[in-house]
Amino acid sequence: MAESLRTPFFMSKTEAELRQVFLEQVKQIPAGERIKRCIQCGTCTGSCPVSYAMDISPRELIALFRAGEMETIMKSRTIWICASCYSCTTRCPSGIKITDIIYALKRTAMEKQYKSKSPQVQVLANLFIENLMAYGRLHEGTLIRKYYMKTNVAKMFGLISLGRKMFATKRIAIFPKKIKQHEALSRIIKKAQEIEIRHTPERMEYSPDYVGYKAIGEMELEQRKGN
Amino acid sequence: MKYAYYPGCSLEKTQRGYDESVREVFRTLDQEIVEIEDWNCCGATVYMSVKETVSLAISSRNLALAEQMGLQVMAPCSSCFTVLSKTNRILNEIPKLHSDVNEALAEAGLNYTGKTKVRHPLDILMNDIGIEAMQKKMKHNLNGLKIAPYYGCQIVRPDKTFDDKENPILMDRLFRKCGAEVVYFPMKVRCCGGMLMTTFEETALKLNKELLECAVANGADVIVTTCPLCHFNLEAYQDKINDVYKTNFSVPILYFTQLLGIVFGLQQKAIGLDSSFIPLGDKVTSLVTV
Repeated sequence: MAESLRTPFFMSKTEAELRQVFLEQVKQIPAGERIKRCIQCGTCTGSCPVSYAMDISPRELIALFRAGEMETIMKSRTIWICASCYSCTTRCPSGIKITDIIYALKRTAMEKQYKSKSPQVQVLANLFIENLMAYGRLHEGTLIRKYYMKTNVAKMFGLISLGRKMFATKRIAIFPKKIKQHEALSRIIKKAQEIEIRHTPERMEYSPDYVGYKAIGEMELEQRKGN
Repeated sequence: MKYAYYPGCSLEKTQRGYDESVREVFRTLDQEIVEIEDWNCCGATVYMSVKETVSLAISSRNLALAEQMGLQVMAPCSSCFTVLSKTNRILNEIPKLHSDVNEALAEAGLNYTGKTKVRHPLDILMNDIGIEAMQKKMKHNLNGLKIAPYYGCQIVRPDKTFDDKENPILMDRLFRKCGAEVVYFPMKVRCCGGMLMTTFEETALKLNKELLECAVANGADVIVTTCPLCHFNLEAYQDKINDVYKTNFSVPILYFTQLLGIVFGLQQKAIGLDSSFIPLGDKVTSLVTV
């Protein structure tokens, strides 16, 4: 089958750019190219414990990608509500790594700075990263406190009784503690960030044959067909 | 055998019951576990799903440290277990990311080959140590206790690990040998929502309500877990579920290592049972060594 049949015929520049970033991400998923094999059976949606709360089902994500509707996906709630239980990935008859595909969509949305319908997930992710960078280990108390300060202050009061119970059973570390080699960890993180940024221009440079399935390696798929 | 122990952040304090019981159970079985010196957070799903290279680099630091020790890693937390295993898989399958990660690790004078094995304590107990060795240490049996074994998502998925992805049975087998009755619990690998309890509370409450409902309807006295997130959601939010859904659940949630500790006759405090929020109930209490 000719490649052109499998990618949308008309495409805006935004769409093409989004596809390019997304497909770059898919390349970094082991067996990511299997996204081509989707037969739209809906097993993923049926297996998902939270699909009832999504605006676009997991099956529809792939359909929309094929139809050239990346922007609709970027604005959806779906990519943020996935709890990473991997039920879809386990059951997909085509072996598609759907959870990882959703991660790739999340990263694309973050890189292209799409405003999310559920911004709280991004808030949590950013605070998590900040927390880890500051101490090297997660200090849950700080994370949760900052999260509710930013998203819903009133909710913090609802957590008082839980906090009390945790305190009474010695399950709260009042102060965060840094790991000893915190400096070394920071250097690793800084370098890894630089590397990630170094790869960004490759993703930004738009090339027309980069926005279809061809981009994720026809060859590789052929090689893996036996698996 | 000897293992490099990676407790992970939540086991340090909020889930100290898991940490304490893992250490005690392994001590009882004469297995040496050495905590990885100065380990860092693995980044969990939250990090991995948004920044790939950085999250691979930080989880690789732990694996590199374990590699220097020449030991397999033991990670009791499901999230750590998945992230560390997935890091291995990605580094071994995508060479570009492997070299990127090593470039970052070099900043701290580290290097990682991608070969450190990541294991879950349930796997080690059942497959390395074995039921027979454990039976020798048993002081109590669990006759009359009905348990719902809850595995959660991330120790059996996404990649092939040590048990079946849809119907894992190692915990069932272990506690049946200890005399417990394992109730029909078809939701044993259904998701608890994990971090959704923070970001989409309503959805997560519903998931946990369904889990509790299923366990109770099938007559379970206790739910046995393997994951700190499942444990926290089911235990700490049980009150809230009762409020929202007008139910009256009071189901004790135990880590599988705590229940095993009870079978071994270990002291209540040593296996962190004093950190439970929910009363253990008469059946469990009668077995516990004070």
